[in-house]
Amino acid sequence: MVKTKYLIIGNSIAAVNAVEAIREIDRHGSLCLVSDEPYHTYSRPLISYYLGNKVEEEALLYRPDYFYDLNKVQAFLGDKVVSLNCREKQVVLEDKTYIQFEKLLLATGGSAIMPQMPGQNLAGVFTFTTLDDAQRVKKFIATHQVKKAVVIGGGLIGLKVTEALVALNIQVTIIELADRILSATFDRTASRIIERALKGIGCACLTNTTVKEIRQGEEDGRVGSVVLKDESQIECQMVIVAVGVRPRVDLAREAGISLGRGILVDEYLKTSVEDIYAAGDAVEAYDLIAKMPRPVAILPTAAKQGRIAGYNMAGGRKVYEGSIPMNSVELAGIPTISVGLTDPAMLADVDRRNSLEIIQDYRERESIYKKIVLEDNRIVGVILVNKIDRAGIYTGLIKDRVDVAYFREYLLKDDFGLLSLPREYRKHMVIGQGIEI
Amino acid sequence: MKRIVIHEEYCMGCRLCEIHCLVQHSKSKQIIKAYKGEFPKPLPRVLVEEQGYLSFALQCRHCEDAPCLEACMTGSLHRDAETGAVICHEDKCVGCWMCIMVCPLGVIARRREGKKAASKCDLCAGEKIPVCVQHCPNEAITFEER
Ligand SMILES: Cc1cc2nc3c(=O)[nH]c(=O)nc-3n(C[C@H](O)[C@H](O)[C@H](O)COP(=O)(O)OP(=O)(O)OC[C@H]3O[C@@H](n4cnc5c(N)ncnc54)[C@H](O)[C@@H]3O)c2cc1C
Ligand code: SF4
Ligand code: SF4
Repeated sequence: MVKTKYLIIGNSIAAVNAVEAIREIDRHGSLCLVSDEPYHTYSRPLISYYLGNKVEEEALLYRPDYFYDLNKVQAFLGDKVVSLNCREKQVVLEDKTYIQFEKLLLATGGSAIMPQMPGQNLAGVFTFTTLDDAQRVKKFIATHQVKKAVVIGGGLIGLKVTEALVALNIQVTIIELADRILSATFDRTASRIIERALKGIGCACLTNTTVKEIRQGEEDGRVGSVVLKDESQIECQMVIVAVGVRPRVDLAREAGISLGRGILVDEYLKTSVEDIYAAGDAVEAYDLIAKMPRPVAILPTAAKQGRIAGYNMAGGRKVYEGSIPMNSVELAGIPTISVGLTDPAMLADVDRRNSLEIIQDYRERESIYKKIVLEDNRIVGVILVNKIDRAGIYTGLIKDRVDVAYFREYLLKDDFGLLSLPREYRKHMVIGQGIEI
Repeated sequence: MKRIVIHEEYCMGCRLCEIHCLVQHSKSKQIIKAYKGEFPKPLPRVLVEEQGYLSFALQCRHCEDAPCLEACMTGSLHRDAETGAVICHEDKCVGCWMCIMVCPLGVIARRREGKKAASKCDLCAGEKIPVCVQHCPNEAITFEER
């Protein structure tokens, strides 16, 4: 039986940031970390870069290789936690190790959704969320002649895989159930710009449709084609399923911890059970834009929650203010950033939807698009395509709920900067750090 | 930690800070080569904003609760244990621009020539006083313990 003051389940973004926060407060308290992945902590978003040969395997590390030593972490890697007993404050690992803890963090992240369909077990069908996935895909491409691939799901992960495959000279067809790609984070105009650019690099985007069956080709047991809803058939040697990620809550559920769509937490990121905290993709925390609890599965949120949970486990008392969905992604050579509520159509609440205002600048020929969504003179959402520099100024205005009435005519200008902001706010931004401006 | 303090009322908008910053972060450390002969062309990590008579020089504040550190997906942004400065390990950076999305001051630049990488103030690691401060003729930026 191992006894530890702090136990963290997970070895990714939320877990690592929690380790660092705990160590800022408590240099010496014993700290164990368990992950069912057999690797040193790596950056999950980089796996598509790795697949596309843009980074080497060593460059996937999220922290230097001395991370565990530096932070006095006893890491159990490649071992899964199979059960959690909240009353005894104990977990059991697959290899029958028992670990007793004082404080626990569930940083179990998410797992890829695999919809049921005939042919899903054929060789050449993959999900794409872990390094193991990336390695399997890489190996499959190297050993079988993959010329054409189908990617199911035109969201962020699907498109990042697409880019990697294109870099490997594979022709990709994206199949998207909604009427456009990136429908969860973009509006119609931005989706169209990216769709056009993807076509420009040789990809096909089929929207409003889905794969109902994967068929094997001549080779025994290997993918040969997919069949769509309308019975049309697309030849391919590989299928990547990227239809989404869901919070990994099985452990928490069996232990009787309260769940919504993710693990429920209070503002200190504590679960329904004393001394047990949760952070990252596994969690359903308050979403500042949707104004309700919601899983927001992005890296900055996982990092922030990990930090705050870590502080609080070590005796601090920090409040998690809430999540703002956001992403930055460059697709087909076009950099894009989206923050918050980018399309009023995404809101179910009709009154709120009608109260929103939009200002935008669309230069179609140059594929430049800037859009700002306002609610009561406060920015609640932004889309930037091609002109993304200094985007964080908008994010700051969203976070701080700054009234933009007096400078809104400057918001879309290409030289928009701090000088356009009211002097008081400008001061506040830097004085917050003890510096005058 | 020692920080760069901005005094906007003294800034004349001469942009000498930008020039010295660019040269400091070039390979040759020579102004003509830095501007004319280097690939990728170095970028200044200080930005002079100017509108009419108003101007000031702005660079990374090395925030205590730095949002860029939380958003960096590769771990290339990190805090220097000794100086407290927020530093970008450019070799490790992949140019995903997550940091640009969250920096509330907009002081991270995109290096797009050659290998993509985020370019930001490192307080001139190795120098006692950052070169922008050293060369500002009117003390519109100063280096102080705050
Ligand atoms: C291809 C791809 C691209 C992405 N790109 C972006 C991007 O550009 N921007 C962005 O913001 N986000 C991106 N994301 C999302 C981002 O990676 C996640 O938000 C982030 O990794 C969440 O971190 P986490 O620590 O909460 O969980 P995860 O990274 O999911 O890690 C969970 C950890 O817990 C371990 N674990 C779970 N259960 C157990 C158990 N029972 N026993 C032992 N160990 C367990 C897992 O093995 C894993 O190590 C991307 C994701 C993918 C897959
Ligand atoms: S880059 Fe921006 S967010 Fe990061 S420390 Fe500097 S000012 Fe703060
Ligand atoms: S651009 Fe570089 S420094 Fe910025 S978040 Fe991405 S990897 Fe980190």
